[in-house]
Amino acid sequence: MAEKTNKPTKRSLSGLEVKPVYTPDDLADTDFARDLGQPGEFPFTRGPYPNMYLGRLWTRRQIAGFGTAQATNERYRFLLEHGQTGISTDFDHPTLTGYDSDHELAEGEVGRLGVAIDSVRDMEDLFLDIPLDKVSVSLTINHPAIVLMGMFLSVSEKRGVDWKSLRGTVQNDSLKEFHGQKTFALGPSPSLKLTTDIVEFCTNHVPNWYTISISGYHTRESGSDAIQELAFTIAQGMAYVESALERGLPIDSFAPRLSFFFGCHNDVFEEVAKFRAARRMWARIMKDRYKAQKHESMRLRFHTQTLGSTLMRQDPQNNIARGTLQALAAVLGGTQSLHVSGFDEAFDIPSEEAMRMSLATQLILSHESGVTNTVDPMAGSYFIESMTNDIEEAAWEYISKIEAFGEGLYPLKSGMLQAIDTGYIELEIARSAYEYQLKIESGDQVVVGLNQYQSASNQKLELFEFDPEEEEWQKGRLAEIRGRRSPADVKSALSSLKQAALDDKNLMPSVLKAVGALVTEGEILDTMRDVYGEHVDPGVF
Amino acid sequence: MTRPAHVKVLLAKLGLDGHDRGLKVIARAMRDAGFEVVYMGMRVTADQVAQTALQEDVDVVGISILSGAHMRLIPRLTDSLKARQISDDILLLVGGTIPEDDVEDLHNLGVQGVFPVGSFTSTMTKFIIDNISRGRSSPKA
Repeated sequence: MAEKTNKPTKRSLSGLEVKPVYTPDDLADTDFARDLGQPGEFPFTRGPYPNMYLGRLWTRRQIAGFGTAQATNERYRFLLEHGQTGISTDFDHPTLTGYDSDHELAEGEVGRLGVAIDSVRDMEDLFLDIPLDKVSVSLTINHPAIVLMGMFLSVSEKRGVDWKSLRGTVQNDSLKEFHGQKTFALGPSPSLKLTTDIVEFCTNHVPNWYTISISGYHTRESGSDAIQELAFTIAQGMAYVESALERGLPIDSFAPRLSFFFGCHNDVFEEVAKFRAARRMWARIMKDRYKAQKHESMRLRFHTQTLGSTLMRQDPQNNIARGTLQALAAVLGGTQSLHVSGFDEAFDIPSEEAMRMSLATQLILSHESGVTNTVDPMAGSYFIESMTNDIEEAAWEYISKIEAFGEGLYPLKSGMLQAIDTGYIELEIARSAYEYQLKIESGDQVVVGLNQYQSASNQKLELFEFDPEEEEWQKGRLAEIRGRRSPADVKSALSSLKQAALDDKNLMPSVLKAVGALVTEGEILDTMRDVYGEHVDPGVF
Repeated sequence: MTRPAHVKVLLAKLGLDGHDRGLKVIARAMRDAGFEVVYMGMRVTADQVAQTALQEDVDVVGISILSGAHMRLIPRLTDSLKARQISDDILLLVGGTIPEDDVEDLHNLGVQGVFPVGSFTSTMTKFIIDNISRGRSSPKA
């Protein structure tokens, strides 16, 4: 028992108690062999690989996409010529939500926050002259993932690239769309079906593809705390696993191709603890609950993005310090790849200058800080190990609640659908977001430059320049492609897609046929919305 | 100015933008400030907002846009409000990822308050109380 003092208890950003001093007594129940193990060994608390950054540094993967496919292709080729080894695609809102560029709701957003893709022709342009069997590609798309993945496979096939040689990731995390990012198109149940279609199809035909990037990042940006981010992400992962098991896929056939994606906030030690807890939780869940046997099924690997929502307009250069702290925490937590958000993101999508700073932050961490010289440098700290135990315990409380919503053989699958349907998850996050905002407004949470230490300087930044002409160009191209197609082929492709959906078949074969007939993304999603119903935001706050 | 007895606020996001954290925080803050909140939420069109504003007879319309499409979508909204002859009765607020250079343009379009990301909800509720042209306690003649 800590002695009573008059000082208030210190808490982590997510409200976990932090004591003034930690001692071996705090780890009395921790068994180092059982709870930590060696790096690269079960339960992988210390990292998925034995040598971690001594073997290979994390991948510096800055996401990019804007305007037309041609413009983005030029940027990709520039990045590849300058040493980047992977591509991470950012799609615009119409593409993310499954609407064509000429839809009423798309106005002003075509190519605005990412690249616009309407048909397979755009996908061909996006990857023009990029060797798809050599470069790993990450498709950041969720509810329409089956369409974009279908287009990507179609382009590969046309170029004679064997699907077995494709390496990359599709985000395909449909469930988080109802509480994070919110670029949903369909309801929870049909979108989970589509996610599982991709898992099943790729397991059989595209074996080196990562089929889901189970994401907490967006949940965190939506205002969750670290405990909720950890809990909801792991619960999503369990729902996907159960959905694939229900299809009859053996656990070790698909689990090695699942990966994770987290955000990283300013509370350095809490974030490190979160990453370490995530690995231990997933390893034990996979081994004990789902009876995985392969180590590759148990070891959690993740990408990290520093949080845009922590970036301030006031004194924007301060955001470089915030990005550095968050990136440091991600590296100390053992991330496999990293995106540092641009310091100007409170104003617009990042400028080239801001992306250069983000890459520099990563390079300085890699080569100047010395943090990569030994594996899992935080292990054994009384504080970090206690915090890792505490955040794990707090996350399990949420997961147990979600499980209690569910029933039957797959309680996390049904529980997660129920937790989404009832608004439970969204309301939990909204509550955290509001409490955090009130702490900032009351000054309880200091944000330098915003509620304390304001400076008089009002420096102007050179922001990203968006070309509004590109929306008209994209709409023109879409009209031209629609005019060039065989109406009979389009009609037949859409009616067989509809039939496959009604028969509850895996939709990938029908989607491949449709994209080949130049059916657009919006048309395919309209057909799905027709069968499954369109999801409308419940509007809870 | 005394505080109006009843303030009715419509909150919405135009277009496909899914970043609704800020709008939900504002909705809670306005509710806690005693305002009546009509939460339209995300994925609505300018015309839907104007029509709802008319039907619900709101005092304030608050729009949140983090997609960068504000200079395309806000003129649509101000036109829709004008077409229904309610633009003079409504306090129009816009928040989100708004570059400095666009703030004056938004004011010129008839947006009374611009609240970029990071703005305090207390600033917004105070702005509403200070600027509202009519409260339900003192209906316009």
